[in-house]
Amino acid sequence: MAQIKLSNLKHSYMPTPKGPDDYALKEIDVTWRDGGAYALLGPSGCGKSTLLNIISGLLTPSEGQILFDDRDVTALPPDQRNIAQVFQFPVIYDTMTVGENLAFPLKNRGVDTATIKRRVDEIAEMLDVTELLKTRASGLSPDNKQKISMGRGLVRDDVNAVMFDEPLTVIDPHLKWKLRSKLKELHQRVRATMIYVTHDQTEALTFADEVVVMQDGEVVQIGTPVELFERPQHTFVGHFIGSPGMNVLPCEARGDRAVFEGHDVMLEGPIHGDGGRTDLGIRPEYVGFGDTGIPAHVTKVSDIGRHYVVSAMVGNTALKAVTEHSVPEPGSQVFLQFKPEQSRVYRDGWIASEERAQ
Amino acid sequence: MRTENQKAWFFVLPVLALVAFNALVPMMTVVNYSVQETFGNNQFFWEGLGWFEQILRSDRFQAALGRQFLFTFLILLIEVPLGIIVALSMPRKGFWVPVCLVLMALPMLIPWNVVGSMWNIFTLPKIGLLGYFLNDVLGINYDMTQQPLSAWITVVIMDVWHWTSLVVLLCYAGLVSIPDAYYQAAKIDGASPWSVFRYIQLPKMKTVLTIAVLLRFMDSFNIYTEPFVLTGGGPGNSTTLLSIDLVKIALGQFDLGPAAAMSLIYFAITLLVSWVFYTLMTKDDAQ
Amino acid sequence: MKKRSLIPILYIAFLMLPIYWLVAMSFKTTNEILSGFSLFPQTFTLENYITIFTDPTWYWGYINSIAYVTINTVLSVCVALPAAYAFSRYRFLGDKQLFFWLLTNRMAPAAVFALPFFQLYSSIGLFDTYLAVALAHTLFNVPLAVWILEGFMRGIPKELDETAYVDGYSFPRFFVTIFLPNIKAGVGVAAFFCFMFSWVEMLLAKTLTAVEAKPIAAVMTRTASSAGYELGLLAAAGTLTIIPGAIVIWFVRNYIARGFAMGRV
Repeated sequence: MAQIKLSNLKHSYMPTPKGPDDYALKEIDVTWRDGGAYALLGPSGCGKSTLLNIISGLLTPSEGQILFDDRDVTALPPDQRNIAQVFQFPVIYDTMTVGENLAFPLKNRGVDTATIKRRVDEIAEMLDVTELLKTRASGLSPDNKQKISMGRGLVRDDVNAVMFDEPLTVIDPHLKWKLRSKLKELHQRVRATMIYVTHDQTEALTFADEVVVMQDGEVVQIGTPVELFERPQHTFVGHFIGSPGMNVLPCEARGDRAVFEGHDVMLEGPIHGDGGRTDLGIRPEYVGFGDTGIPAHVTKVSDIGRHYVVSAMVGNTALKAVTEHSVPEPGSQVFLQFKPEQSRVYRDGWIASEERAQ
Repeated sequence: MRTENQKAWFFVLPVLALVAFNALVPMMTVVNYSVQETFGNNQFFWEGLGWFEQILRSDRFQAALGRQFLFTFLILLIEVPLGIIVALSMPRKGFWVPVCLVLMALPMLIPWNVVGSMWNIFTLPKIGLLGYFLNDVLGINYDMTQQPLSAWITVVIMDVWHWTSLVVLLCYAGLVSIPDAYYQAAKIDGASPWSVFRYIQLPKMKTVLTIAVLLRFMDSFNIYTEPFVLTGGGPGNSTTLLSIDLVKIALGQFDLGPAAAMSLIYFAITLLVSWVFYTLMTKDDAQ
Repeated sequence: MKKRSLIPILYIAFLMLPIYWLVAMSFKTTNEILSGFSLFPQTFTLENYITIFTDPTWYWGYINSIAYVTINTVLSVCVALPAAYAFSRYRFLGDKQLFFWLLTNRMAPAAVFALPFFQLYSSIGLFDTYLAVALAHTLFNVPLAVWILEGFMRGIPKELDETAYVDGYSFPRFFVTIFLPNIKAGVGVAAFFCFMFSWVEMLLAKTLTAVEAKPIAAVMTRTASSAGYELGLLAAAGTLTIIPGAIVIWFVRNYIARGFAMGRV
C-alpha cells in the first residue's frame, strides 16, 4: 500500500515533440492518497489510459517522475511496481482453471504453495467464485472473467494500487451495477489504492471518493463528486458532469455581475482578472421560473422521468432548465430566474468569480 | 444460428457435381483395377484382394512407406518449431511486415518442378552455390547423386525452404489476433517470456497450428514433384517416397492392379493419420 | 534494431539464396556456367531470355499455364460461393458429412489420381485441353475455396441477409450487390489460394497435357532432360515462372495472414 505521487509528468508518443499539441499528457501533478478510491474521468482520447499505463509501468513517461511513498519508481518495470491492472476486455489465461489463473501472479513471484492456496481461497471467497475454482477459465461469462482478472490483481497482498481501465465495457447492463458494488465492497475490505478509469460519469461518481477530470492531456479538476457538481473549476467539467450539463452562456463581465443578452445577472461573488472570453455558467437545476426575470421562449419540454428538462431561448442563446413541477407549455413565454450563489463567470473556460464567503 | 433448410442442397449441387466427377469416377476406376489382373488387350481377371496382400507384404512398399514416414516426421519436426520461432520474432506492425510476408510467401508460389530444378542448380557440385560452398570452401564431401545421406538432407532442406513459410504465416495470423492487453497483463503478473508463450501465445495459436500441422502432414505425405525432379528417387532407391514409387509402378511399369491397390492403401493411410492428428489436436476443446 | 529481428532476416536470407542463384544463373552464358563457379554473372547476357521469348514452344508454355490457372480460379470460386453460403447459413441433411468429404479430397495424393484422370479425360475427349487441367485442379481447389469462403461468410451477421429481404431484394440481386462486396476480401483470399495451388501443381498438369496445353514448367523439364546442359535457359525459364506468383502475392499481401486465420478447422 502506498501513496502515489505524480510530479511534472509529461508524455508524448512522438520521439521529438515540438509544441504542446504533440503531448498526450501535458503537465500532470497529482497525489493519490494511500487507500483512496479514485476515478479518472474524461472523454475518449483525453490521455487517461496513457496516464494509467504510466502509473502501472507499461509506458515510460517522456518527462517527470512517479513516486510510490516518495520512492522513485519511474524506471521500474510493471512487475516490480506491485501494481495490479484490470483491462477493458477481460484478460484470462484460457488454458488454466480459475484457481490457476488466480495463483498465476503469486507463482511467478515464487510464493510457497501453502500461501498461494490460502490467498486464492480468500480472494475466491471475496469474489464469490469459490465453486468455479476447478473449472476451465475459457468457458466463463464475461462478468466472471472480469472478476477473475480483478482477482489476479487482488491476490497479491503487497499490491500498491489496483487500476481499472474501463472494466465494465463488455459487461451486460444488468450486471454492471452488481460488479460495481462488488468493487466498492472490495475496496472497503482490501483498502488498497484504487484508480478507476472511465468516460462514464455515473461509474466515476458512484465509485470514487475523489474524481480527477481530464481533458486534452490535462487535469482540469480534482474533487469529490459533490465539489465537481456544485462548483466546476472549468466549463468542461460543468458540461461533462451532470445530465444535462451546465449551461455555458456567453456574457460580459461588469464588476460583480454579468450581463447576459442584455440582462444583469447576480453572481456568487466578484469577478477577478480581465480580458479573454467570458461565459456565464449555471446548472439547469438552478434555473427557475418566476413572474419576473429574464424573458425566454420555451422551445421544447422533455419528460425524463423524475423531472422535466425545459429547453428555452433567451435572445439567440439556447439554455436548459430542470424542473419537477410547474412545467411551461412549449411555445410559451416565461421568465427565468438564476440562483445568484450558483451563477459563476468563467474566463477562457476557467472559473473567474470568487466564491461567496459562507 | 443457422436455420434448417433442405433447399440449401441446391447451392451445394455444383460443387458436388464437380468434385464427384473428379473424385468418384477416378476412385471407382482405381477400385476397379485394384481387384483385377490385366494382360493388356482389355482382358481383365478377378483378382480379389490379392494385390492388396501382395503390396502390403512387399519389402519395396514397406521400405517406401518407412521412408515416407521418416520424411514426414522430419518435416514436421523441423518446420513446425522453426515456423513458430520465426513467427514469434516477426515485427507485429510497420513497414517491414508486408515485405516480410511477401518474401516469405514467395517459395510457395513457385511451380513444384521449378523448385526441384532450382535446388538442383543450387546444389550441383562445382557449379551450384551450395555445392561449391560445401565441397570447395568447407571441404565437405557432398554429392547428391552419389550419397544417399546428401540426397536425404537436400530433400528435407528443400521442403523446409519450400513450406516452412506456411507455418510462419499461419502462426503469425494467430499471433496478431492477440490483443495488447494480454501482454500487458502478463507483464503485470510477472510472467516470464516462457510463460507468455506457454499460456498466451500457444493457446491463441492452437487453431491455426492445427491447420498448419494437418496441411503440412497431408502435403508432405503426398509429396511427389519436387523430390522427383531433384533426385528422381535416387541414388538407388534412397529417396523413393511413396508417390514416386507409385508413379513408377503405375506409369513406368504399367502394373495397373498393384498400382491401384497401392493407391488405395496410400489414401487410406493419409486419411487415417489425418484423422488421428485432428482428433488428438482438438481433443481439449471437446471437454 | 532488436536482436530478435535477426531471426526473420536470417530466415528470409535462407529463402532468397536459391532464388538468387536461379536468377544469377539465368544471366550467365552456358560457357561461364560450365567453366566453374562464379558468384555474379561475369559476362552478363540476356541470351537465355531472348531464346524463350522468340521460341513458340517456350512462350506458349506460359500462355497455357496462365490460361488453365485462370479458368480454374474462376471456376473454383464461382461454384464455391453458393456452397460456402449454404454451409455458413443453413443446416441441412448431411451437411457435416459433405463438408468433411470435400476436405478429404484435399488429402488425396495427386499421384493416386494421375492415371485414372488420364483415362477419364481421354475418354471424354478433353485430353490436352486447358479445360482438362482446370477441371482436374478443382479437385483440391474447390474444397479449399469452400473452406476459406465459409470462414469469411460466417463473420457476416445474418441480419444483413434478413434486412435485404425485408427491403425486397431478390436472392441473386442481394447476393451480387450486397453480400459479395461484404466478403470481397474472402473472395480475394480464396482466389489467391486457387491461383497458387493451380499454378504450382505439376503432376496432374503434366499428365493431362501433351502439346497443345502443356504448362511452362513441363516444357522446362523436357528441355532440361533432353538438351542436358542448357542450365542457363532452364534458369531463365524458372525465373520467369516466379514472376506471376510474386505479382499476385503483392496484391494480396495484407490478406494472406488473415485469410489463413479465418478458415475453420
